[in-house]
Amino acid sequence: MTFGFVSGALNHSRPLRERLTAIMPQLVLAPSLLASFVYVFVFCGWTIWISLSDSTILPDYSLSGFHQYVELWSNVRWRIAYTNLFLFGSLYVVGTTAIGLLLAILIDQRIRAEALWRTIYLYPLAVSFVVTGTVWRWLLSPSTGIESLVHQLGWTSFKFDWLVNREMAIYTVVITGIWQASGFVMALFLAGLRSVDPDLIKAAQIDGASMPRIYRRIILPAIGPIFVAVLVVLLQSAIKIFDLVVALTGGGPGIATTVPSIYVYDLMFQRGQMAEGAAAAMMILFALSLVLVPYTIWSNWRLRREAGRG
Amino acid sequence: MADPTAYDPLGAAGTWRRHRAKLVVYALLGLFALYYVVPLAVVILNSFRSLPDFSRNGLISLPHSFSLEYWSLAWSKFCVGGTCKGIEPFFFNSVAMVVPATIISTAIGSLNGYVLSKWRFTGSEILFGLMTLGVFMPGQMVLLPWARVLGLLGLTNTIAGLVLIHCVQGLSFTTLFCRNYYVNIPDDLVKAARIDGAGFWRIFRKIVLPLSPPILIVTVIWQFTNIWNEFLFAVIFSSGTNQPITAALIALSAGGMAVHQYGVESAAVLMAALPPLLVYLFGGRYFLRGLTQGALK
Repeated sequence: MTFGFVSGALNHSRPLRERLTAIMPQLVLAPSLLASFVYVFVFCGWTIWISLSDSTILPDYSLSGFHQYVELWSNVRWRIAYTNLFLFGSLYVVGTTAIGLLLAILIDQRIRAEALWRTIYLYPLAVSFVVTGTVWRWLLSPSTGIESLVHQLGWTSFKFDWLVNREMAIYTVVITGIWQASGFVMALFLAGLRSVDPDLIKAAQIDGASMPRIYRRIILPAIGPIFVAVLVVLLQSAIKIFDLVVALTGGGPGIATTVPSIYVYDLMFQRGQMAEGAAAAMMILFALSLVLVPYTIWSNWRLRREAGRG
Repeated sequence: MADPTAYDPLGAAGTWRRHRAKLVVYALLGLFALYYVVPLAVVILNSFRSLPDFSRNGLISLPHSFSLEYWSLAWSKFCVGGTCKGIEPFFFNSVAMVVPATIISTAIGSLNGYVLSKWRFTGSEILFGLMTLGVFMPGQMVLLPWARVLGLLGLTNTIAGLVLIHCVQGLSFTTLFCRNYYVNIPDDLVKAARIDGAGFWRIFRKIVLPLSPPILIVTVIWQFTNIWNEFLFAVIFSSGTNQPITAALIALSAGGMAVHQYGVESAAVLMAALPPLLVYLFGGRYFLRGLTQGALK
């Protein structure tokens, strides 16, 4: 169904009302298009421009080259933030995918009260990162949480101080991140497992294949596209992570759990180093595009292949 | 590929092994359930416990005291960021933000999806691609421009400003969801209506809208939970008594209190978590169905 924009809009012999009717779809779409265009291109361009300037507290629109980026990468705190992003991102993605898949397979074993189990695993999805971070901060804090509980139970030499330990604090962010997202991943995998052709599985069973083998050789390959979708969703949420860290550790102890989004926030709105903050934001966009550009190419390729098959 | 010597799970000798396998499955499920439930259980219990109870028995403990006082304190009396009216004003800030933003962005997304699926024109696919780019835009890239735009519009530190941000930001999601759903409505239905003389709005009202509830439920749940839980824009573009509840919660627990009021904080945390949790409990089924059917394809 294609309705030409030109044929409707340029036919001046028709009365106004009719012409309006003819371009109604475009009229309805126009405000959103304008908003999207401004949001995606103008806003983005604006930030890029600022990142190439010497803006501090107020924007300064005279270009001064790439030295903000040089400055950014020479900053230890930024390098810690970017390292944390890779460390957190990879553990979070691997951990969440593994637990999500395991839970999905467990639930798929024709268990009792399936809806109840699913609800338990999935509810963290509805809770905000701020709430998650606040609650887990209490649980993980040595003076109030798990460590003090174990002390009260009599094991007084027990130590679980990751939250306040520079070396280990980033792993508490991983634990809480996995807590929040694994149920969602489980739901996606479960839907995938249920969509595998049961005849295929039955045939393999008749051939005498064991269940682990059937999962490895038949079911998991069949849900390959879901793995990719899960990966992309998790990676981009890892790259954007902000609220969870603010609520859980505040980026500390010291600067041990700083991530790029916190760094951007600090530079732009706390320290008045707008240009360098914009350069840091560009680095977040860059990391995202490393994930999304290959994904877009891959999914287009897949669509075309499917269309080719008819 | 089949290995004839492999263990046959349906064989008669496997009964004991099958029982053991089931046991392992339930044990694992239970173990993971603890990981997910304990934090919620601790907060709920703590919201009813008194201060001496905390100092005697720690944060993770069964209640040795019971009091509803902390809920009312947290709701209407506790001091957050300089004002002592409790969480209530911030809760209603969030309501005032999330309701219009959800309704407007869903309505616009539905119309956009209708145009982009049933009234395609030259270049409309490209425009659709452009609109979905917004889905992936990191918030950090738009912070400075939004600060400037809100300033120009006189919406700095207002709920209306946040509504505007969430509408524009949410547009790409709602359009994507609705368009991918409406594509599956047969074109013939629309064509037949056109032959009968129905126009753009009539077809939308009489054909598309009645078929929309499943996707509208998904979109509303998605927008509601995301906007309610959003923190970055909330903390940057609002301050003082104009903050939504997520920002106020951080202000509350970072308030530099000499003694942590864990009972009050727990109650406040639950108030912030409750609306999206309720939405999830009542609408979660539809949401998952919609997500797995359309949005991720």
